[in-house]
Amino acid sequence: MKSITVKYFAILREQRGEAEESLNTDAPDAQTLYEELQPQHGFTLPVDRLRAAVNGEFQPWPAPLNEGDEVVFIPPVAGG
Amino acid sequence: MQFKITAQTIAAGELANTLHHEQAGACATFEGWVRNHNEGQSVASLEYEAYAELAEAEGNRILAGARDKFELLAAEAVHRVGHLKIGDMAVWVGVASAHRGPAFDACRFIIDELKARVPIWKKEHYVAGASAWINCATKGDFADGGTGVSAPRGD
Repeated sequence: MKSITVKYFAILREQRGEAEESLNTDAPDAQTLYEELQPQHGFTLPVDRLRAAVNGEFQPWPAPLNEGDEVVFIPPVAGG
Repeated sequence: MQFKITAQTIAAGELANTLHHEQAGACATFEGWVRNHNEGQSVASLEYEAYAELAEAEGNRILAGARDKFELLAAEAVHRVGHLKIGDMAVWVGVASAHRGPAFDACRFIIDELKARVPIWKKEHYVAGASAWINCATKGDFADGGTGVSAPRGD
């Protein structure tokens, strides 16, 4: 088990009801973790519409996770 | 040369002053404002949210990219977060260069890249009462019919 911090923004933050959580997981990567969390929290966006950031930088899927990592699932952006 | 996320009102005049350079013969700026309609719906207000740490890093990479691509003497950009009302400035981009060509081109490049790449999200609150995160609709929602393809909107 790894200890991971997940931060949520925008639509995912609202659907999760939290901006941040710490969890223990066996998921080897961020993609697997999202696919585990999606049904639990009713996330409407499929993983292929998201990007992953690990420890503050974009990472290509599946985005491997290590103990203590901070992961952010990035919904489609809409600045400007 | 810096991209910043701010929760404060954008002071465009002060920002433009930071672009001054003795070799500059051209300055181009872009302002994105909150408008009262989108995709046929009347918009009451907008809420912007950012993953500030990564947004600023990615925004700075865009400015650095613009500097590599165009002959710029200065480039600055700011994006607002929080609850904005109609007419508020949501984003400001400014560049300076020796001649007008690179200034226009770089300004356009920067705003296009900011909209496409930087982790900032926009929630529209409609006059009719509903609200929606732009570009985040999925099948069954009204906004984009679940195609998953939503062109960047605005300005």
